Amino acid sequence: MRLQLPNPGLEDRILSHEDLDKLETEEAGSGDRPKWDNKTQYMLTCVGFCVGLGNVWRFPYLCQSHGGGAFMIPFLILLVLEGVPLLHLEFAIGQRLRKGSLGVWSTIHPYLAGVGIASMFVSLMISLYYNTIMAWVMWYLFNSFQETLPWSQCPLNYNLTGLVSECEQSSPVDYFWYRETLNTTPDIGENGGLQWWMVLCLISAWAVLYICIIRGIETTGKAVYVTSTLPYVVLSIFLIRGLTLKGSLSGVVFLFTPDLTELTNPTTWLDAGAQVFYSFSIAFGGLISFSSYNSVHNNCEQDAVIISAVNGFTSVYAATVIYTIIGFRATERFDNCLGGNILTLLNTFDLPEGNVTENNYDQVLQSLNGTHPDIIQGLNLKTCDLNTFLSEGVEGTGLAFIVFTEAITKMPVSPVWSVLFFIMLFCLGLSSMFGNIEGVLVPLQDLGVFPKSWPKEATTGTTCVLCCIAGLIFVQGSGNYWLSLFDSFAGSIPLLIIAFCEMVGVVYLYGIDRFNEDIKFMIGHKPNLFWQITWRFVSPAIMFVIFVFYFITKVTETLLYKTWNPESENFPTLEEKPYPAWIYVIIFILAGIPSLAVPGTALYKCLRRKRDTKAEQQELKTVSNHIDVNDKAQDGKSHT
Amino acid sequence: MLYRPKADTIRRRWQNNSHICFFTKPESNLCWVKCTKRIACNKQLHDLQHGQEGMLVWVLFLLCQGVAPALTQDLCQRDAPNGYKVRISLKTALGEDAYEWNQSEMFFFRATMAFAMRRHFQMETYNVDNIILCVQTSRVSFWFVVTSPDNATMLIPKADVEKAVRMARHRINNAFLLSDRTLEFLGIHPTLAAPVNPDTPPWLIVFGVVIGAVCAGIIALLVSSLLQKRRKEKGMTEDGQDEEDMQVKGVENGINLDGTYNRGFTDDDRFTKL
Repeated sequence: MRLQLPNPGLEDRILSHEDLDKLETEEAGSGDRPKWDNKTQYMLTCVGFCVGLGNVWRFPYLCQSHGGGAFMIPFLILLVLEGVPLLHLEFAIGQRLRKGSLGVWSTIHPYLAGVGIASMFVSLMISLYYNTIMAWVMWYLFNSFQETLPWSQCPLNYNLTGLVSECEQSSPVDYFWYRETLNTTPDIGENGGLQWWMVLCLISAWAVLYICIIRGIETTGKAVYVTSTLPYVVLSIFLIRGLTLKGSLSGVVFLFTPDLTELTNPTTWLDAGAQVFYSFSIAFGGLISFSSYNSVHNNCEQDAVIISAVNGFTSVYAATVIYTIIGFRATERFDNCLGGNILTLLNTFDLPEGNVTENNYDQVLQSLNGTHPDIIQGLNLKTCDLNTFLSEGVEGTGLAFIVFTEAITKMPVSPVWSVLFFIMLFCLGLSSMFGNIEGVLVPLQDLGVFPKSWPKEATTGTTCVLCCIAGLIFVQGSGNYWLSLFDSFAGSIPLLIIAFCEMVGVVYLYGIDRFNEDIKFMIGHKPNLFWQITWRFVSPAIMFVIFVFYFITKVTETLLYKTWNPESENFPTLEEKPYPAWIYVIIFILAGIPSLAVPGTALYKCLRRKRDTKAEQQELKTVSNHIDVNDKAQDGKSHT
Repeated sequence: MLYRPKADTIRRRWQNNSHICFFTKPESNLCWVKCTKRIACNKQLHDLQHGQEGMLVWVLFLLCQGVAPALTQDLCQRDAPNGYKVRISLKTALGEDAYEWNQSEMFFFRATMAFAMRRHFQMETYNVDNIILCVQTSRVSFWFVVTSPDNATMLIPKADVEKAVRMARHRINNAFLLSDRTLEFLGIHPTLAAPVNPDTPPWLIVFGVVIGAVCAGIIALLVSSLLQKRRKEKGMTEDGQDEEDMQVKGVENGINLDGTYNRGFTDDDRFTKL
């Protein structure tokens, strides 16, 4: 016997298979719920949601830092065991129950409504800070339409005697990012006020998002033709450009050189699992919504496999492209370092040019060290090692806004490459935002927060305006620190809990037997043994293990954050500071509230139901009294 | 006036005739011959070769040994208080098109410096003689000092030389096809280019364009959906009136129903079933 938790009343809450077929053929029913114009729109929207900024700036870093080519092994294994089953589950349940995330979980069991609410909360938090990243991308995009990119040189100081000292000590790209873009404060406590240029960019980001989601999937479906395909075009252009640059192949070789000893390190597997999980945008509720707009007999199994494959391929492709450019930058830095050393040697010993080249640098240095050791010591020559430059692995915003922008300034015709790169990042992020916002809007509609008389444009508009205002927190001076706080806590642990509850809810509360029957009805054949094993045992187990490790890691580590402090001793290295005490309250709100919403709502519903059943029982007594009276009247009538 | 014949010719002669070459600086590889005129110098050399005017030569030799070398040695030396070190990186600047740095180039440099000094001090006429170079290395680097045109023993102070160089820096660079980085005057920092500040930052222009387009799009979509709604409402009210008319006239499914109402088919559900 399969394990199945008791779930009374399930039949009443869901549409039967016959009803679903009727819905398919009837014209009237479809007017209520939006529909995809064609399958391409649906696939592109899902691909766009899954393929996001993480594929470009998180995966390459993980790949390079966890043994290069060897990282593919845990990544692919966990993709197949964790990503594909979860994706198939969300698609199938959305298509079957034909509701958004809140509706689906309330339908499966009223106590599971908390999962829907937690999904909505997480999607909301992530939408807020994700669109701020879009605002940063837009700022860089707007600034790329200049002949000399503003981050390619340091500005002059006030008296025009020299360069600004903060810029001189660090680098033009660092200065442009930390000072001219973020205007960052040295501490999260100092908020530094709103940065007006960033407010404008934030408004423009939300405006562009609004125009794409103004009528729901009717407009989103058209927008994804551009936002989901353009990144691939740009990546290909960059690949061709990158391969023609000097040193690009050394970057790619470095990325993919396998170090199989990393496979024994549990962190590698953990990071691979987390990357697969977050990269698939599971537990946001958006995927369930999107697949609920499909026709009932859409082949969700095929879709899940295709989208997983596309996501995996995009990660590897983007990593290759990024590392050609990083290889070029590292080679450029190495050449500059070596060139600087050679020049110093030539100048100090007045040797003719061309005497010391890259090839004989070591020999010459050794011989000079033998003859004039004290002079050599006094020169403080830097050690130049290409591998050190290559392994300066950066991820996240640092990769996009510092490392990559620096590499772009060294390429000829820099503004063109800059514009292309930031348009690609913008499209990647915008298509992910569609899914995030869907995960917020549909539960809000289901909860009845907006009056029914309001048109769709008004509800999306109100949501965008409110989110824009809430997002002002991220465009202050300390906004960057708030963003990384939200990123670490709002988008990590709650998602793992939600995904675990989803699996358990569908497999054990909805019933794996019923689910298998549903899939057989929808696509024509029962899901095979692979799906059975992964849904019932393997994927929940992997979720649980990742969750436990993540929780332990986060709870035990001292929470530090990196700040840009021009007054610190090790400037330009980022200074690590501990969070102030009141941040822990914020962390609890971010991570705790969605996690606790799951049991909390269950408890609330349980208590309310107990109260309702008591009231029902009382009513029953009075109704039965009523029936007795009627019967007497009947007897009276029949006798006449 | 100093005449500096081609190095290898003197060397050859030096090999043959030991008292023709005068060294001002023993460590450098170059020979200097002091004479009044170029032609005379050649003649002198020729005569020297043939042993004539030996006394004159010896006198000159002594003079040179005693006075002139000492003079130039005092004026131009490494770390001279009023001198500047110049460093030239030809291969870095020009790569394969790099020209050879030889005596002609040195002369050109002295001429350029004289031009720079003339340009700065417009009253005084500087000549190539007034620029003295020394401590030449194969890097290519050397020191130079500038003497006053009125008094060959007096050096022009460092600050004035700096001003002259700064003023004419662009011309000096271009004369040698070099740049601030490859023709270095150690101690004289290149003046930084004044930044070009546009009136409106370019990003604001792009921002304006994007926001304008997006707002226009939003307004267009809102207006179109409003028009669509109105059209639907108007269509529905017209349809609604048609339906009502049809019901009043007893038309159902387009068929006129005429007839009496059969009470046999009324619902008995008012009464509860037994």
